[in-house]
Amino acid sequence: MDPLHDDLLAGVRDVSPLMLGIVPFALVAGIAAVDAGLGLAEAVGLSVIVFAGASQLAALDLIGSGAPLAVVVGTAVVINLRMVMYSASIAPHFARYARGVRAGLAYFLTDQAYALSVAEFGASDDRSRALYYLGAAVSLWIVWQIGTVAGVVVGAGVPDAWGLTFAVPLVFLALLVPAMKDRPTTAAGVTGGAVAVVAAGLPLNLGLLVGAVTGIVVGLLTEGRSR
Amino acid sequence: MTGGGFALVEGALTRGVLGQWQDVFGGSSDVWAAIVVIGVATYGFRLSFIHLFGRIDEVPQSVKRTLRYVPPAVLAALVFPDFVTLESSLIATLADERLIAGAVAGAVAWRTENVFATITVGMVALWLFRFVVFA
Repeated sequence: MDPLHDDLLAGVRDVSPLMLGIVPFALVAGIAAVDAGLGLAEAVGLSVIVFAGASQLAALDLIGSGAPLAVVVGTAVVINLRMVMYSASIAPHFARYARGVRAGLAYFLTDQAYALSVAEFGASDDRSRALYYLGAAVSLWIVWQIGTVAGVVVGAGVPDAWGLTFAVPLVFLALLVPAMKDRPTTAAGVTGGAVAVVAAGLPLNLGLLVGAVTGIVVGLLTEGRSR
Repeated sequence: MTGGGFALVEGALTRGVLGQWQDVFGGSSDVWAAIVVIGVATYGFRLSFIHLFGRIDEVPQSVKRTLRYVPPAVLAALVFPDFVTLESSLIATLADERLIAGAVAGAVAWRTENVFATITVGMVALWLFRFVVFA
């Protein structure tokens, strides 16, 4: 087979087990959009333009509770700051491509595409960087969009008592647990969460932002102390 | 749903392109403006070093250190208030099906690190306590 297709297909193949987690996550993004009062066009617009699940869910949560949009934007932006880290880490692999190609590759950058690609690039020098990455990243994109639409359709038909939006914090919980991998990250998480609970009554729904920033500071302080 | 601080962003964005979008797609222009601003910022983060590489060799160490704590702090700040709301008494705070379901799901997340398993067990636990145990 054409080696170029091999690289693309390898990306598609390696990302497929992750879809088990992505599908419910995308469904929840659609359900949460309906719950926050968004229409289908807005829900799909969010998934296409932002294309970053955790920030989408946080934004929808805040929109649904009537937060000012400056708080919605500020919170989502803080959540997506981590993309800078991924961008820096994967950049050397993409340096060989033209500027326009790099601009296109960047749009598809997600936690999963980043993690898979960097692992593969470390293990194999022959792999086409762009094709492998696109195989994984575009697959994720397609499943994310279809899942969002399905979630909007499903979410509109389920009674509120079922509490389907409870799946939103459950998704975050599944991402949170592995993110607390040592003492400083655990301190950041526990403090961020506890402060957010206590600050939940703050005006403008600022509790989330205050909790997150406090957690980050405590993480840095814990790290400084243990060195 | 228009907040005071949002006026800046709104003024810049909703009048032009978004006004036309709104005619086509319907919905709130506030929400569309938020979507576009978040999207542009997020794309900027994604593109940052992929674009700059060659001019800057390394991310500054202090930035790297700080970014490491963003996921746990933000995710916990998102999750905890959905499981725990402070009530007038300790009993009232603890005897909540969301907290119990969240604790069960947390154990599953810790053991399996699997999103699908965590959602499934958490939702089933919620329904069990809401419709059976506390009903």
